[in-house]
Amino acid sequence: MPRSQKIALGVMAAFFLLAPLVVYPVFLMKAMCFALFACAFNLLIGFGGLLSFGHAMFLGTAGYGAAHAAKVWGFPPEFAILFGTAAAALLGLVTGLLAIRRQGIYFAMITLALAQMMYFFYLQAAFTHGEDGIQAVPRGMLFGFIDLANVWAMYSTVFAIFMAGFLLIYRVIHSPFGQVLKAIRENEQRAISLGYDVDRYKLLAYLLSATLAGVAGATKTLVFQLASLTDAHWSMSGEVVLMTLLGGLGTVFGPVAGALIIISLENYLAQLGAWVTIVQGVIFVICVLTFRRGVIGEIGNWLRKPL
Amino acid sequence: MTEIFGVPTQALFGQLLIGLINGSFYALLSLGLAVIFGLLNIINFTHGAQYMMGAFVAFLLTSKAGLGYWWALAIVPPVVGFTGVIIERLMLSKLYKLDHLYGLLLTFGLALIIQGLFRNEYGTSGLPYPMPAELSGGRNLGFMFLPNYRAWVIVASIGICIATWFVIERTKLGSYLRAATENPALVQAFGINVPRMITLTYGFGVALAALAGVMAAPIYQVSPQMGADLIIVVFAVVVIGGMGSIMGSILTGFGLGVIEGLTKVFYPEASNTVIFVIMAIVLMIKPAGLFGTQK
Repeated sequence: MPRSQKIALGVMAAFFLLAPLVVYPVFLMKAMCFALFACAFNLLIGFGGLLSFGHAMFLGTAGYGAAHAAKVWGFPPEFAILFGTAAAALLGLVTGLLAIRRQGIYFAMITLALAQMMYFFYLQAAFTHGEDGIQAVPRGMLFGFIDLANVWAMYSTVFAIFMAGFLLIYRVIHSPFGQVLKAIRENEQRAISLGYDVDRYKLLAYLLSATLAGVAGATKTLVFQLASLTDAHWSMSGEVVLMTLLGGLGTVFGPVAGALIIISLENYLAQLGAWVTIVQGVIFVICVLTFRRGVIGEIGNWLRKPL
Repeated sequence: MTEIFGVPTQALFGQLLIGLINGSFYALLSLGLAVIFGLLNIINFTHGAQYMMGAFVAFLLTSKAGLGYWWALAIVPPVVGFTGVIIERLMLSKLYKLDHLYGLLLTFGLALIIQGLFRNEYGTSGLPYPMPAELSGGRNLGFMFLPNYRAWVIVASIGICIATWFVIERTKLGSYLRAATENPALVQAFGINVPRMITLTYGFGVALAALAGVMAAPIYQVSPQMGADLIIVVFAVVVIGGMGSIMGSILTGFGLGVIEGLTKVFYPEASNTVIFVIMAIVLMIKPAGLFGTQK
């Protein structure tokens, strides 16, 4: 890991460890869940060049899976999260096999359509309780002895999950697998001619991204004790695109910064109703037209260091 | 009462009609998307918002200026199309050298802005739009009751689709357009102003969406969200048809509308998802789409 990234990692860890002293911890837990979600999304677009416009389906599926497992089946939290994640991974495998058959714009449209299909499924299925969602999900006892009803126990758990997910993604993008992925993004034909089974690499990246998005969704459900349709709606898929774009596509720390900015923004604008959507739209337009490197990308460019 | 496959014919033909109506809008919207994609290589995510704008401008024309449906049909497409021209000149034209995905992201952002602005102003509840007096009522066909306005929508959209197909495939202007789709640099070298053609094409695609919006206003209620979910279905329609051919998008649009209508009769639970399921099946069998060619 280059020194600039070591420092950034230290800053990030210190921020999430010290911030709860001054900021509302539930807000920070939400931010960490979305940061992990955005990092998982960035793995696909930033390093694989695949723009998924349907990542909400993994967040929503894992959320419903974890909520159902914890509330109806009485799973302990660690198994509820595992079950939710496994559900997202399975969905990732099935949708991935379909979506990687097309590239570019088509890939985005296909993932969007598949996610909308899942949304309608959750809208109609009985176990999701439709518009009400699965409410009052018990947080339970982690490993049988840590009571997650305690906010600091929950905070530490979310922090541990977030850091583990983040470091895993870091490891993946700097592994030989990640290098091949970048090669495919840059020039797919050449990667094929070098003998790489391009579809397998793409599917694996998609599956990994879906699984980690699932971890974020399942964790978020335990934090808020709620799984609802909002997490599966297309606007959520748009939001994660926005976080990653604003933070910096293909940067390591960008999605985390982007998630923090967008979540704070929504927090402040919440009373203003439709203005949230308008502000999100404006940020999209500004980022695409003039700010394509994103916040962290710009800082990294200015420092001439990879971030 | 007569029945077909255990379903009363009235219900069957009723849903078939609704399917054809929905299919008309799928066809009009996917046609606009295909025309824009052909020349700009951009998937216009704002299409649903522009369809909504069409309905809203028509609504405002009656409520503020007292101009009815036929005026709206004439005025709205050029007005909304002109906003498209502005968007193309100010924003989209800056992105042609970049990855096509940026066009998708930009138009997605624009859709959020437009839908948010209208929601701020008019809330989320639907606003009624009066049926034109000339087309109210309906006729009894013996096996079903056919409202005149619905018949008009189907006939008009088929007409618009065929006219668009004719212009693109059979006229000189259309041949320039198709040539520019294949090789813009070469066409420009022959002295044709390609950037202006691109601008006008985007404007035309947007006008088509707005026209669909006006036609939809008396059937569906006018609301800021009316285009948001529709456009996702239209994306699936586009994936199924493939964007290679104009006639392909028209046929796929109508066909899927009818299939969706029939699903409502025989298996209503799946009517929301049937188009997405068909998309998944088509991707497995023919990834390029029914009428598309794999690049």
